[in-house]
Amino acid sequence: MPDLLLELFSEEIPARMQAKAADDLRRLVTEKLVAEGLVYEGAKAFVTPRRLALTVHGIPTRQPDLKEERKGPRVGAPDAAIQGFLKGAGLSSLSEAKIEKGAKKGEFYVALIEKPGRAALDVLAEALPVIVRTFPWPKSMRWGARSIKPGSLSWVRPLHSIIATFGPETEDPEIVRFTIDGIAARQTTRGHRFMAPGEISVRRFDDYVAKLEAAKVVLDGERRKDIILADAKSLAFAQGFELVEDAGLLEEVAGLVEWPVVLMGSFDASFLSIPPEVIRATIRNNQKCFVVRDPKTGKLANKFVLVANIEATDGGQTIVAGNERVIRARLSDAKFFYETDLRTRLEARLPKFEQIVFHEKLGTQAARIARIERLAAEIAPLVGADVTKVKRAAKLAKADLLTEVVGEFPETQGLMGRYYALAQGEDASVASASEEHYKPQGPNDRVPADPVSIVIALADKIDTLAGFWAIDEKPTGSKDPYALRRAALGVIRLAVDNELRLHLSTIAKSGVDGLRETGARMTSVDGCELSSSLLAFFADRLKVQLRDQGARHDLVDAVFALEGQDDMLMIVRRVEALGKFLDTDDGKNLLAGTKRAANILRIEEKKDGTSYDGAVDASLLRQPEEKALATAIAGVTNDASAAVAKEDFAGAMSAMARLRPAVDAFFDKVKVNDDDKAIRENRLKLLNQIRVATRAVADFSKIQD
Amino acid sequence: MDSLPSHMRPEKSFQGFILALQRFWADQGCVILQPYDIEMGAGTFHPATTLRALGPKPWNAAYVQPSRRPKDGRYGENPLRMQHYYQFQVILKPSPPNLQELYLGSLKAIGIDSAVHDIRFVEDDWESPTLGAWGLGWECWCDGAEVSQFTYFQQVAGVECAPVAGELTYGLERLAIYLQGVDSVYDLNFNGREGAEKVTYGDVFLQAEQEYSRHNFEVADTEMLFEQFRMAEAACRKYLDAGWRESGNRKAHQLALPAYDQCIKASHVFNLLDARGVISVTERQSYILRVRELAKACGEAWIHTEAGRAD
Repeated sequence: MPDLLLELFSEEIPARMQAKAADDLRRLVTEKLVAEGLVYEGAKAFVTPRRLALTVHGIPTRQPDLKEERKGPRVGAPDAAIQGFLKGAGLSSLSEAKIEKGAKKGEFYVALIEKPGRAALDVLAEALPVIVRTFPWPKSMRWGARSIKPGSLSWVRPLHSIIATFGPETEDPEIVRFTIDGIAARQTTRGHRFMAPGEISVRRFDDYVAKLEAAKVVLDGERRKDIILADAKSLAFAQGFELVEDAGLLEEVAGLVEWPVVLMGSFDASFLSIPPEVIRATIRNNQKCFVVRDPKTGKLANKFVLVANIEATDGGQTIVAGNERVIRARLSDAKFFYETDLRTRLEARLPKFEQIVFHEKLGTQAARIARIERLAAEIAPLVGADVTKVKRAAKLAKADLLTEVVGEFPETQGLMGRYYALAQGEDASVASASEEHYKPQGPNDRVPADPVSIVIALADKIDTLAGFWAIDEKPTGSKDPYALRRAALGVIRLAVDNELRLHLSTIAKSGVDGLRETGARMTSVDGCELSSSLLAFFADRLKVQLRDQGARHDLVDAVFALEGQDDMLMIVRRVEALGKFLDTDDGKNLLAGTKRAANILRIEEKKDGTSYDGAVDASLLRQPEEKALATAIAGVTNDASAAVAKEDFAGAMSAMARLRPAVDAFFDKVKVNDDDKAIRENRLKLLNQIRVATRAVADFSKIQD
Repeated sequence: MDSLPSHMRPEKSFQGFILALQRFWADQGCVILQPYDIEMGAGTFHPATTLRALGPKPWNAAYVQPSRRPKDGRYGENPLRMQHYYQFQVILKPSPPNLQELYLGSLKAIGIDSAVHDIRFVEDDWESPTLGAWGLGWECWCDGAEVSQFTYFQQVAGVECAPVAGELTYGLERLAIYLQGVDSVYDLNFNGREGAEKVTYGDVFLQAEQEYSRHNFEVADTEMLFEQFRMAEAACRKYLDAGWRESGNRKAHQLALPAYDQCIKASHVFNLLDARGVISVTERQSYILRVRELAKACGEAWIHTEAGRAD
């Protein structure tokens, strides 16, 4: 069966858009083929800076013929109905229709419509221009003389030529004939911009790839990556160094070249006095080069690896020299920035925060830092952190945002704060907090463990959450511009991983007080309401977190439904114990019994229009099983509550387990709806007591079966 | 190029380099203009680009434009950053199909041979909030150094470009540093002579950088500047209002260029105020918006002029 080769040859496609474009091209063409009844065998898309290419193999030559019987009106129906039928089915007269007997009575017309399948070549000629014209580039543009008219083609950058061939492996393929904005599909392309700029004529995918390779173009991005990585590693190794691998950079540079040539350059060793992260950021972000390190010491070496797009006639000497000059200039800038920064103490930068707006409604950065400091001082004793250090750390943690290096390389925020704090002789914990308080950045990021860092990290996140809650900028759906979900998860992980006992509602309320004091323009001012809405958000995040870990997130609801649950560590502990309990027979049966009790109560309470939440009258207990249950409930409630008070959740669960035989026996032997009204009411109250008793550990009604 | 005397060679002489670029683009049919006589932040502000990019009539021009960036002043102490530098600007409307090749040809004309240099087009989308303009294109890299900006204008002064113009901007000092192999802009050989006859970029501009940095950051009269901003804004509006005519059954504008001059002035005055640090973050946005409104109104006026309209 025939294959399709498609190439869209353009001016340089931005590296960051390439992978998705290849994927979109494959998806759009193959989906269209399938929708047209052309089921193909396989497809693969490729992308280089200048071309987007697709091969689809095993496409049927023609669409299958379609046969359809269309039922018409009955014989003798009014003329309007007959005419409508003829027109709809494309018949010229009734003689072209069949007459069939109806299932019940009478006869009706049937039109046999045969739609012969079209040639795949024609389907493609129609479909490809539409796909090109509506291609989902994140940003596209118009160009050239044709852009004078509305509706001219738009593409990511000017499109120059199109290859579209279709045919079986053994024959010369045909060109899929179409023209888009003056560009007719042909079977020619061009090679490397500088090394093989001439036209190349191709027939199908195999010779396309081979001829491109001969014309200094590696079509497959994965191969370009492999080449770059292997060459970079061996080049570094040959000089006794080790490449600092960087997957994001590799992806980007592979998207900037058609013919990767890896070269190594060096810079003056005196620049190694700059923090390595800054050297790497300079070389990576600005120059898109890799850094290398000494494998023995792990320290950066004064070398870099660049990826050129050309085999230069001088062996790359000029290119290396040029890059070295640029990197030297960049590093002297970075060094200048770093040394300039070191001349100003961090606290001397703080007044400037009064001019910088954090958020229109939440005030300046200075106000925010004051709030973090206030909150941090409150949290410190709960974490066992030194209050003086915590206050100092809170004051300085954000100061590096105003330094030159962070201005130049925003990704070094926090890190530079640590360097500068250490350089001015701050306590090590205080300095670390600068970097650590941004953590954890996600579910897999490291959680700080130093008490000072923990406190600042918590205060920073809770201030953010309380603030955006207070101005009603909560995340909705996929929109979470202030990364509030990440902040909430961060708080949870900080508490749980460090085994901290924190009453989040109290802390959140205190956060709201801080907002009020600094004059934030809050839309919602009720501290209690805010903190309970925020708590629900934490519960949500905890559920997501537990679900991602494969735990039962419905148990979070069961625990949260209890009064005053705002201690993440305790909630997690309780959920764990509850989960284990529910895995046992006792747990399963008790859950079933409790649910049964709740069901009966729900029905009877509805029927009677009352609720049976009063105390059980011991004198009305008749049967031994109900007496035993009442005794068990009293004992279990007592023991479970005592265990919970000691935070011994496993103990509370084993106490609960003792309830199970009594509940089972009760349902086995006792009829709840006794004829005597007083006894019936007493038994319903007893059922309610089961529910009450289990609430010592969780709200069982929230647990899914 | 071999026939050029040494002092005119682009890799030896800053002025020789500028002349080589002018020569190249003149050979491509561009009109070679002289710098516009009003201070501006970038060559794009020159009416030969901003206004001529609008409307359907073909337009090919190249010129040097001094760019004033008051905030970038470094008292002459930074080897690469200045509050005054030169841009070489090329605009071709409609953008020709071989614009990339023409650009590479211009590099060749100044001595950058693509057989030994690594020339790359790296994504860089251009947007000017003050001009209400945007376009897509690249930074052009030569051996890792950014040497030009390459943009296909999509919208300028709030008006869709039809047809699209291609714009090339060469940072002249940066390129010259590269060509001459020096580390500081002040070390550039300006006139291509050696010994006692040699004049450097520093000889020409160092004192100016020091003085203007002082002026921009420390002493520029802010009260006067605020007043100048208001005056330029009001004058621009006034000229725009006064320029409209009904001729036959269509509207025409007769004062688009003088009105636009006031827009350029307002923009530069804003940049000076910004450098003096007297504009707060929130005000900043509103000033940018005010200039943009002027630019858009000027664009609208321009497409109703002889040079800006269809016939």
